[in-house]
Amino acid sequence: MTRDAGFDDFLDAVEAGEPYYLESPDGETYLPPRPYDPATGQADLTEQPLPEVGELLTHTTTQIPAPQFDDDAPYVTAVASFGPVSLTGQLQQIPSDAVEIGQRVTLGVGRSATHDERVLVFSPP
Amino acid sequence: MTDVPVAGVGMTPFGRHAERTGRDLFAEAATRAFDDAGVDREAVEEVFFGNFMGEFAETQGHQGPLAAEMAGVDAPATRLESACASSGAAIRYGVERIRGGADVVLVGGAERMNNLSTADTTEALAAAADALWESRAGMTFPGAYALMANRYFELFGGDREDLAHISVKNHANALENDLAQYQRTLTVEDVLGATQISSPFGLYDCSPISDGASAAVLVSESYAETHGLDTPVRITGTGQGSDRFALQDRESMVSTPAAERAGERAFAQADIGPNDVDVAEVHDCFTIAEVLALEALGFYEPGTAIGAARRGETTADGDLPVNLSGGLKAKGHPVGATGCAQLSELTKLLRGDHVNSDVVSDATVGVTHNAGGTVASCVVHVLEADG
Repeated sequence: MTRDAGFDDFLDAVEAGEPYYLESPDGETYLPPRPYDPATGQADLTEQPLPEVGELLTHTTTQIPAPQFDDDAPYVTAVASFGPVSLTGQLQQIPSDAVEIGQRVTLGVGRSATHDERVLVFSPP
Repeated sequence: MTDVPVAGVGMTPFGRHAERTGRDLFAEAATRAFDDAGVDREAVEEVFFGNFMGEFAETQGHQGPLAAEMAGVDAPATRLESACASSGAAIRYGVERIRGGADVVLVGGAERMNNLSTADTTEALAAAADALWESRAGMTFPGAYALMANRYFELFGGDREDLAHISVKNHANALENDLAQYQRTLTVEDVLGATQISSPFGLYDCSPISDGASAAVLVSESYAETHGLDTPVRITGTGQGSDRFALQDRESMVSTPAAERAGERAFAQADIGPNDVDVAEVHDCFTIAEVLALEALGFYEPGTAIGAARRGETTADGDLPVNLSGGLKAKGHPVGATGCAQLSELTKLLRGDHVNSDVVSDATVGVTHNAGGTVASCVVHVLEADG
């Protein structure tokens, strides 16, 4: 599969234990790919280390998936805040009936059961 | 701001028409709209056509000129794609074109979905989400709105039963609407007991997979006058808004600023406010979406619309009847046709020739709210009828 520059670089960084977000000089935060500050057009966004622990903002258990996750369903998708940015991922090691908003999670990269593709995952710290 | 008379509207019945192509469906809707308008096809100066997933479903792009040809129109034609708000955007472009000097514009949209499997339709609809940050995490469209619903419950309260009342209400509204995909009663127990799709949503919290088309003929006031057209309904306000694309990047997952901006612009053009609205057709692709729409348009304060249907405030006999057509939930949701179908149904409700017009016999002001994706885009129109 052809890499998606920026996004796959981010997954690489998560796997290497060095996840990051992008920050503009005026403190706005983004996820890659973002070559320019959208406010100014300047290529002056800098990589900042992502906090290690996030907090679940919301979650859902999906029973009817898209085809690329056929063999993964049911699975829990969640959005977690890591301070400056939030991320969408799948929950691991937390049963769907034990998930709670506000729960603390760490970020990782897992593999989908269906196509063995890389997927952002959240796990208990 | 110049008003834009709605000369005529037309829809196919929404439902399961898997063997009918999008072009076939649009030809029918356009013919109905021309017949309703009493306007010759030769008079059309431009066509704006909404379609979302033609490349997935029919391997068909470049649909603007195709739609014009099927409508029997020889005029510049452009396809608008804004996910489920595609034909809402087409209407907006048509309105602006009339305001820019054109006399007759054809707008509309079509979608064919049931020729795909449910899984493939799920994949196609997910293309309206962020392909990198959402779809690759397994987020489906029901899943996206489910995330919004669970966040809403956390912040404001409410539960599945509140949402179920929205589904029950919209199905009740569609019972006599022959254009609706579903004309059957649902109970709260039916909704709560349905197959789970993505928690907290069961099957009946979700709009169906639908095929269908819609069209409208918009004209200038001078054209209507010189040609003796009967145009009791006018578009008096149009507004469109955008938001950060991915849900995770929004300041809030329980408000929809794109809809707020679209509504503010449309209301300002029409020189009205939410309290002036008698009836609304809003984008209830999922039950929670109706709640978010009512709050974004200013009918309710944030966190308070969740119980509106349960309290009877938005039912047919409530203070503000919402989705008297049946909404996307019961009327159906062929995504590229939905925005113009809202216009078609609301025009008939205000004109008095809709099956539910008697419910709002004194209504003169209506609003349509047509959202794309998780409301990264939204188009709102204000319609007013002669009192």
